[in-house]
Amino acid sequence: MTTIAATGVFRAAWLLVAFPVFGAAVLLIGGRFTDRWGHLLGVLMSLASFVYGLIAFFALLGKSGTGRSQDLHVYSWIPVNGFQANIGILIDPLSISFVLLITGVGSLILIYATAYMAHDPDRRRFFGYLNLFLAAMLLLVLSDNYLGLYAGWEGVGLASYLLIGFWQFKPTAAVAAKKAFIANRVGDVGLSLAIMLMFAEFGTFNFTGVFDTAKSGGTGVTTALGLLLLLAACGKSAQVPLQSWLLDAMEGPTPVSALIHAATMVTAGVYLIVRSNPIFNDSPTAQLAVTVVGAVTLLFGAVIGCAKDDIKKALAGSTMSQIGYMTLAAGLGPAGYVFAIAHLLAHGFFKAGLFLGAGSVLHGMDDEVNMRRFGALRKFLPITFVTFGLGYLAIIGIPPFSGFFTKDGIIDAAWEKGGTSGWILAACAIVGAGITAFYMSRVMLMTYFGKARWEEDGVLGGAGAHPPYTEADRHIPHPHESPLAMAIPMILLAVGSVAAGWFLIVDSRFADFLAPVVGLPPDSHGIWSWPGIIALVLVVIGVGIAWTMYGRVPVVAVAPKGSVLTRAARADLYGDALNESVLMRPGQWLTRLSVFFDSRGVDGLVNGLAATIGGTSGRLRRIQTGYVRSYALSMLIGAVLLVAGLLVVRL
Amino acid sequence: MSPAAYVFLSVILFVIGAVGVLVRRNAILIFMSVELMLNACNLAFVSFARLQGNLDGQVVAFFVMVVAAAEVVVGLAILMAIYRARKSASVDDASLLKY
Repeated sequence: MTTIAATGVFRAAWLLVAFPVFGAAVLLIGGRFTDRWGHLLGVLMSLASFVYGLIAFFALLGKSGTGRSQDLHVYSWIPVNGFQANIGILIDPLSISFVLLITGVGSLILIYATAYMAHDPDRRRFFGYLNLFLAAMLLLVLSDNYLGLYAGWEGVGLASYLLIGFWQFKPTAAVAAKKAFIANRVGDVGLSLAIMLMFAEFGTFNFTGVFDTAKSGGTGVTTALGLLLLLAACGKSAQVPLQSWLLDAMEGPTPVSALIHAATMVTAGVYLIVRSNPIFNDSPTAQLAVTVVGAVTLLFGAVIGCAKDDIKKALAGSTMSQIGYMTLAAGLGPAGYVFAIAHLLAHGFFKAGLFLGAGSVLHGMDDEVNMRRFGALRKFLPITFVTFGLGYLAIIGIPPFSGFFTKDGIIDAAWEKGGTSGWILAACAIVGAGITAFYMSRVMLMTYFGKARWEEDGVLGGAGAHPPYTEADRHIPHPHESPLAMAIPMILLAVGSVAAGWFLIVDSRFADFLAPVVGLPPDSHGIWSWPGIIALVLVVIGVGIAWTMYGRVPVVAVAPKGSVLTRAARADLYGDALNESVLMRPGQWLTRLSVFFDSRGVDGLVNGLAATIGGTSGRLRRIQTGYVRSYALSMLIGAVLLVAGLLVVRL
Repeated sequence: MSPAAYVFLSVILFVIGAVGVLVRRNAILIFMSVELMLNACNLAFVSFARLQGNLDGQVVAFFVMVVAAAEVVVGLAILMAIYRARKSASVDDASLLKY
């Protein structure tokens, strides 16, 4: 990997991070004084970064060869002899793709949030945190070394924590925020260990330095690095086994779910793996681990998505599953990197659009999230219905929408990997596509079709709804279309959902663009291939099953008991139960044992000694009776003993 | 008459005095018993001086008398004070200084 020192317009690349940092600083330090115009400043800073990102993108298109990897040294963070930690910005095809996704989708979501959060008294703080998130995320993808990347990595974790717990007065939100933070810490440990290992082995954190020397490090080191980076990616991207936090993270406001927990932050793990491609290319073991994690997660998330009645949690399961696809592709080597990133970008559009659509539904339905109380909303929210529907067609992979091109690429790449592992991975990906079609159709049908279920037989939520609503809290929602500030971002994202995949994949546009960073895929196969057609057939079958279950027959207002699998999926496939029994309970036992040892063992020894001394002295002092005769007797005995002793010695 | 008889007498007097200190409750009588013990000691000193043929024991006997006189003065004064305060000369009643 070679870079050149930044020239021309790239010399101002630090502005990309500086804009949102400035916005966050003004909003968070300015406090209530900025309440009136704070959200506008937040949007403006995001748009400014986007505009600069566009300028840099077109300037980059004008370059060729190594000119497309522009490295800007910003300042020396920790200058010590033999240890140089620099803050540097690397603008290359991979990072600029992320910059456009983050600032573009980010700006749309911020505009959406100005209306969505309009009635929240803390809207200014919300935008402050979102700007903080954008700054950290941009630092993550722009840094030219792993230490700067780590700073951004921790920054997005912090922003995610703050935003999941934004409504911290809700105990569930506060707990979910803590859970996300702690689960992320596990992954962060992997990244910090990887960075330490890099410094110990290669003496540098710079991408160029690490990648150039990685080959001489031997496969042992690269495998260790690959597995540690995979652990980091699992934490941030909610991959099995660190997946449990993402579903609870839906406690955050919907724009947060769209931006952080669908479009950008959760894909940071995929970015990390693709960015570290020379390390993974060197270690087939690490690559295999990545593909296994991806394949397991894509099925795991899809199964969870099938059973959730909460619209946001169903989408969260889907996010997990789609990131599983990207991870799977990222583990396939140069054949998959391009499709991983292409699917990531397409997913950024359609999943953000789906979440914003869900937010629009929530907005119209007074924050009701249970899909069993929706129904027939297409008549009430036509714009939301159309944009959501386009996102739906994109995610299930109907040609010519974007998901078809990118997901098909991943399935083909897995298929062409060959061998038993290739077969299994491709089979997982194809089955996953079918399940995706089922659960997304379920969401679609339950929300927008069928009968309106928010009031049936005069009872809110339908007859037999649980919890039963009493006459006192009778509050029937009046579904209505969202304002323009919410509708326009949804429309733009829908356009992206429709066109992104086609634009990126056809004519290998994106593959050629990314080639300097990740290498070219071995050969460009056509759009149509047998695995893709099988997947498409399964998609149609999935839609059909969903139709027979939720479209043909009316949806019941109360969730039926369901099969063993349904109940398992409702319980997040026992991910929390597993964490609880494997990690939490032993931890509790350990603390209880320590407390017992401390109170009975250590304290017992000390307190026992003190009690013994106290008790003995208590008994000893009884000798002091106060009677003269007893003292006289003791003196006499003493004297007699003394005399007797003297006599014994003498004789 | 051998000096041993004096020593035996002194032992008998000392024992009577010691038993008196141990068994009596009245402070005056305890006091008298103490004096008896002191005088038994004096008798022993004088007898041993005679046995040894020097004057050391006799000198010590004088010292004991002087100390006993001083002790009587202080002791009786304390006794008076206690009696005035408590209307009793029993040493068992004055047993407050204890555990």
